[in-house]
Amino acid sequence: MIESLGRRTVDAIKAVGGFGHFVGDLARAVPDVAVWGRLTPVQMRRVGVDSLPVALFIAAFTGVVLALQASYTFTGTVPLYFVGTLVGKTMMLELGPVLAGLALAGRVGASMAAELGTMKVTEQVDALETLAYDPQSFLVLPRVLAGTTMFPVIVALSILTGIVTGWIASLVLLDLSTQEFLKGLKLFYRFKDTWFGLFKSATFGCTITLVGCVVGLSTRGGAEGVGRSTTRAVVYSAVLLLVLDAFWALVLLR
Amino acid sequence: MIEFRDLRKAFDGRPVLDGFTLRVQDGETTVIIGYSGTGKSVALKHVVGLLQADAGDVIVDGRAVSTLDRAALTGLRREIGFVFQFAALFDSMSVFDNVALGLRRRELSDDEIAERVREALALVDLTGAEERYPAELSGGMRKRVGIARAIALRPRYILYDEPTTGLDPVTSAVIDQLMVRTREHLRVTGVVVTHDMRSAYTVGDRIAMLYEGKIRQVGTVAQIQETEDPVVRQFIEGRPT
Repeated sequence: MIESLGRRTVDAIKAVGGFGHFVGDLARAVPDVAVWGRLTPVQMRRVGVDSLPVALFIAAFTGVVLALQASYTFTGTVPLYFVGTLVGKTMMLELGPVLAGLALAGRVGASMAAELGTMKVTEQVDALETLAYDPQSFLVLPRVLAGTTMFPVIVALSILTGIVTGWIASLVLLDLSTQEFLKGLKLFYRFKDTWFGLFKSATFGCTITLVGCVVGLSTRGGAEGVGRSTTRAVVYSAVLLLVLDAFWALVLLR
Repeated sequence: MIEFRDLRKAFDGRPVLDGFTLRVQDGETTVIIGYSGTGKSVALKHVVGLLQADAGDVIVDGRAVSTLDRAALTGLRREIGFVFQFAALFDSMSVFDNVALGLRRRELSDDEIAERVREALALVDLTGAEERYPAELSGGMRKRVGIARAIALRPRYILYDEPTTGLDPVTSAVIDQLMVRTREHLRVTGVVVTHDMRSAYTVGDRIAMLYEGKIRQVGTVAQIQETEDPVVRQFIEGRPT
């Protein structure tokens, strides 16, 4: 029991040390702009454009459900234009960034871990090194930059989609007028609502892509190892995303 | 010259290389033979710094690999071509881009890169395959692209990791001829890791047998073929006991 606990503690310390080492290597790759500068737009398209349909699909249904649940909760006690307030605030502050983040942790994080894991076990990463490339500047930096810059764009469009579908649901299903919905939407709006959600999503994007790369590049074994890495990347990303979500709420919303 | 000096490497406490010492002379092809899992590929990866030794070192033209900083290691890697066991081609890139990738790290114009890629592919008889992707190639073709990628860099040294493993005898012979042709055309120093004795006899100037982490015997092809060492004899004859 004590031996097992000790081994786990040592493993955890090693993992933290390994992650620190990885981030240090990543920082050292920053001056290699000629390599990552060329590859980042490709990753931005993959992370951004290719992920957009999933994120918008989730946001569209979330907006409708939020409007219906708000109306169910408010009926008879709170004026119905508060539906606009609840849809707007919830989409901007929480559900837009977090639901898109969780969906993309599955899509982007898993695909990066699987891709880099396969490259690792088939010696493609070693081959890169022998061709005088640094895997950090060739593989990791473009992905992390793409995640950090494209997640806020995806989340901004998700928030917009959720608000629009919430508004349409209010019009069609709740007999709320556009003026009433907009009145509620503007009622407690602060600019911080917008930047908080987008800033948070940038940190989610950085975390999810970084975890995907770290886990992918530490893959060992064959196909089974790649499968394990993919699962680990999704689990770690989702857990870290929720921890970060609570952290930013604690730091920025108090 | 590449010199392995008392190289020691263990994985999870299990020693793989245990005092591995070998000199590879300029201009010759040295073949390292040995049973599967005895550390032949591990030794090769130390030459380009893909693995770090627990003790000992590899000396390449007077440079101790373990002491090189990142820039110096990159410089060393520019002089060495590495052909991986399963070719390690980049799946998302065409054959042209695979071969051109290393050249793009050098100060060459696009025209020079295209010319070098064409030359390298011609040398491995793959002219016309530029636009194909690794998934569309046979195992033998993938290995030939891997060799083209290494020779396009015009290296001083080429390291071959199990170049004929998994290939049929005819394709293996083609790869062997290719390695000989590469040495003759480009005058590169080669290290070949293999357990394919026919290949070893065809491409090697000298053969070294790795056994229990050390070199058991090293000699010319004729010396190895006539050896009286029971361990080496058993291996080269492929006898079970």
